[in-house]
Amino acid sequence: MKNHALRPLFVVIGIIVLILLFRIVYVPKDFGIGERGYMYGWHRHSNEQDWKNFKVKYQGKEYCKDCHSDKYDSINKTPHKIIQCENCHGPAIDHPSDPPKLTIDRSRALCLRCHYPLPYPTSGRANIKSIDPDKHNPGMECVTCHNPHNPMEGLR
Amino acid sequence: MITRRDFLKKSVITAAGVALPLAAFEVLDPKKLMAQEAADTKNGTRWAFVVDTYKCVGCGLCVKACKLENEVPYDTSVTRTWVERYVITKDGKTHADTPKGGRDGFTTSKISLGMSEEAAPKDMMAKPETKPTEKFEDIDPNDITKAFFVPKLCNQCDNPPCVQVCPVGATYQTPDGVVLVDRTWCIGCGYCIMGCPYGVRFFHPVYHTAEKCTFCYHRITKGLKTACVQACPFGARQIGNLKDPNDPVTKIIMTERVSVLKAEYGTKPQVFYIGLDKEVR
Repeated sequence: MKNHALRPLFVVIGIIVLILLFRIVYVPKDFGIGERGYMYGWHRHSNEQDWKNFKVKYQGKEYCKDCHSDKYDSINKTPHKIIQCENCHGPAIDHPSDPPKLTIDRSRALCLRCHYPLPYPTSGRANIKSIDPDKHNPGMECVTCHNPHNPMEGLR
Repeated sequence: MITRRDFLKKSVITAAGVALPLAAFEVLDPKKLMAQEAADTKNGTRWAFVVDTYKCVGCGLCVKACKLENEVPYDTSVTRTWVERYVITKDGKTHADTPKGGRDGFTTSKISLGMSEEAAPKDMMAKPETKPTEKFEDIDPNDITKAFFVPKLCNQCDNPPCVQVCPVGATYQTPDGVVLVDRTWCIGCGYCIMGCPYGVRFFHPVYHTAEKCTFCYHRITKGLKTACVQACPFGARQIGNLKDPNDPVTKIIMTERVSVLKAEYGTKPQVFYIGLDKEVR
């Protein structure tokens, strides 16, 4: 067989070899089948660690306890004890070093998440005490009169 | 001189060679496969989730915490978890909404019907003449027969259809059952977003890669609860390890009446619901 007929074949083989070489360089060493097999576990292993290294921002109530024990103890005696500090105060992240001050959400909208009246049967929502925001001191922040850390103590 | 027969033969062989997937060249070792199976059963963690829809009051603090914890841009419409409201009236109709994914809670009894259509610009480039306004439907409280909230999140399926369709191996399931996305490897083809029957996947507005709930993998692997579980004041959300028989979540799943979403798809979802109703899709 004449060489000129095979020439395109060599070009194709060359391209395939180049692609394979590129693949060796480009695909990370830890890429392969994981514990879940080919169908569900075909991935780069170090990505699992990448996700584990993601920054935790919400630290939870116990993180606040030592420095803000007054508020912690106060709220724990009230029905509001089920609410995490960070739900109103924002994620602590590395507070007090970063950020040194948290942004507190004092808006009416925050309180209304639970205290807007929705008379829904088959939902816990129906059992929460509520106010009509259009009639109950509209425009005022709830915290002007109510203490969120001790809502049962009466008005300030 | 090359004959027609030779030419056809060679081209068929070449075409067949090119069509062979690279994976076909990998030699499977039966011992290795067995070891993997053994490791699978030895691995003592399988994360699962329980949602109690009776306890959920629709405050949306879970959605807020999730967005801030996982750096999902706060003011975009996309979210990894959301809360749906279902109101069923005496005429048998189901009214459902999830304004902003429930991020700001449900602070009106009106049901959102989405943005009004006539105000939406027909041509994407044209400036809307009027601002699109949100339409609402009023429901008479006396007409309500059932009304409840359903938090949704990734079901971390045992047979994740989103993983199968990924052409590059950018999404995968970890040994403890969580489906993750490799942002450096995702090419943004969107197959997985189309493949998920629960609609939990979306494009991350910043990274432009597929994005989904990770069960807060960075938290659960450190012994913390997910951001949404921690933020929920009512205990409507719980996460636990299915392989630990003493885990409260495992106990609920084993001893109480729970159901899953769209079981008929065969995806084996691992988010179990208490108090789910037929109206919930």
